[in-house]
Amino acid sequence: MQSAATTTTDLPATATNHARRPKLFGWLLIAPMVLWLALFVVAPLIILLVYSFCQRDDLGRIVYEFTWENYARIFDFEDPIYLRILWRSVLYAGITTAFCIAIGYPVAWFIARQRETTRNRLLMLVMVPFWTSFLIRTYAWITILSQNGLLNGLLEAAKIIPQPLEMMYTPFAVVIGLLYAYLPFMILPIYGSAEKVDNSLVDAAHDLGAGPFRAFSDVIIPLTWPGISAGILLVFVPAIGMFAVTDLMGGGRQPMIGNVIQNQFLKARNWPFGAALGIIFTLLFVIAYVFVQYRAAKRSQNE
Amino acid sequence: MNKPSILMRLFPASGLKILNWGLAAWTAVVLVFLYLPILVLIVYSFNDTTKKTISWEGFTFRWYVDLVNNSTMISALKNSLIIASITTVASVIIGTVGAWLLHRYQYRFSKLIQTLVCIPMIMPEIIMGISLLIFFIVLHMELGFVTVIIAHITFCFPFVLVAVQARLHGLDPALEEAALDLGARPLQAFWLVIVPCLRPAIVSGALMAFTLSLDEIIVTFFTTGPGTRTLPIEIYGKARVGLDYTLNALSTVFFLGTIAFVLFSEYLRKLSARK
Repeated sequence: MQSAATTTTDLPATATNHARRPKLFGWLLIAPMVLWLALFVVAPLIILLVYSFCQRDDLGRIVYEFTWENYARIFDFEDPIYLRILWRSVLYAGITTAFCIAIGYPVAWFIARQRETTRNRLLMLVMVPFWTSFLIRTYAWITILSQNGLLNGLLEAAKIIPQPLEMMYTPFAVVIGLLYAYLPFMILPIYGSAEKVDNSLVDAAHDLGAGPFRAFSDVIIPLTWPGISAGILLVFVPAIGMFAVTDLMGGGRQPMIGNVIQNQFLKARNWPFGAALGIIFTLLFVIAYVFVQYRAAKRSQNE
Repeated sequence: MNKPSILMRLFPASGLKILNWGLAAWTAVVLVFLYLPILVLIVYSFNDTTKKTISWEGFTFRWYVDLVNNSTMISALKNSLIIASITTVASVIIGTVGAWLLHRYQYRFSKLIQTLVCIPMIMPEIIMGISLLIFFIVLHMELGFVTVIIAHITFCFPFVLVAVQARLHGLDPALEEAALDLGARPLQAFWLVIVPCLRPAIVSGALMAFTLSLDEIIVTFFTTGPGTRTLPIEIYGKARVGLDYTLNALSTVFFLGTIAFVLFSEYLRKLSARK
């Protein structure tokens, strides 16, 4: 009877959750997954942190001796080459994200306002390129933008330009490549929250005298903010580290943090320095993540 | 009162309609932006030229023949398919069981485990790549098939887990209890009652894991050895050089394969919805 009494007193807390306390069996079953995560996610990150404070010998081998050297090299304000690269990465990723929102938001909103069959078809149309390899999508832009590519060929044939423009390996090409790779990642989450917006709320805003812009900024944006912030995280963070696109479209002339890290691990063989750059990047990511979460929490508080 | 704009006066009470047309036009433009490059790729995969230019010289299947005869490309494709298949099976098992356990039991560290599961999904790929690379080197593991598969499982199974978890939340807890009351052992109840209910989530999670693994390059780049080139790595190497019409042919095959795949899974979904 004792146990029955405690169950009833516990009920209010556990009424929504029928989950039980695990016995040994339950722990044994979950152990492999937890172990896997500890081994292949947590341990590597700790080792990365340790590496970033290590040195290397002349052959590029790791020497386990503590040093601040790697971080000092990044934050060298007299020759801020790495800070500049870091800034460029954030800038390009930021521009890409802004374009993704500007281009993707109206699309997501339009799709969300359609009837179900149209909606599903349009959504499918947006999804199909996303399911195709992004490398192939990037290669597509190479064939269009390169010196002997389609766009130059067309412009020359139309006698608009006398000689091929140099479009590849420019900031423009990098942003186009990133934009094309990540646009669906922005459209989908915004669509997800736009779909939940009740039409009558928008109508109510209009009835209360709000013009389209007021209704948009005061009603629609706050309601779709969860989708926007998810999109920002899905686009901004991966875009910073995506060395494949920046390498293919920027040709190494516009290195971003991802390219530098890749280079440290492959050609320069300075793993501790690469690890330090990785740690800085991780910190950037955590800051962006916390910022977005904080904004989301604040917004939901205001409502 | 707002003054009606000129547009409003020209088209009374149709401001929203104009806005809607604008949105429709914009969506069409964006869709063209999404598909035009792929269309260009497909058209030029039939271009009969030996030059590295994009000028149209006539129709040919030559690049497709080249592709089939390209042994490095074919072996890379084979590697990718093997890795994606093993990753998918392992991710489905770990993800489904994990989601079920986290749903059924209230572990003391449930919150912590949940956070841990989310980390590989949101962590920048390059960080995962370099941290795993260092980890494997420290352990003196040879880079190759095994390390790539370990890496892929690590970032794929959370997607299955989250998909299954979403479905579990909508599941009636009485289902399992009923099965147990009717004399099923816990494992039987899981296998015969719960898993069939979760099938749609498992299938979509599996599809997600398969495509993620097939398309991944950043993590693969750092964790693979010289003997194990995957398709994305091969494409990356070729695309760096510039125009290559076998890549166009490959892209076309890939794209049509994707469409067939999407249509097929849609068909399956409709079939299961009808039941």
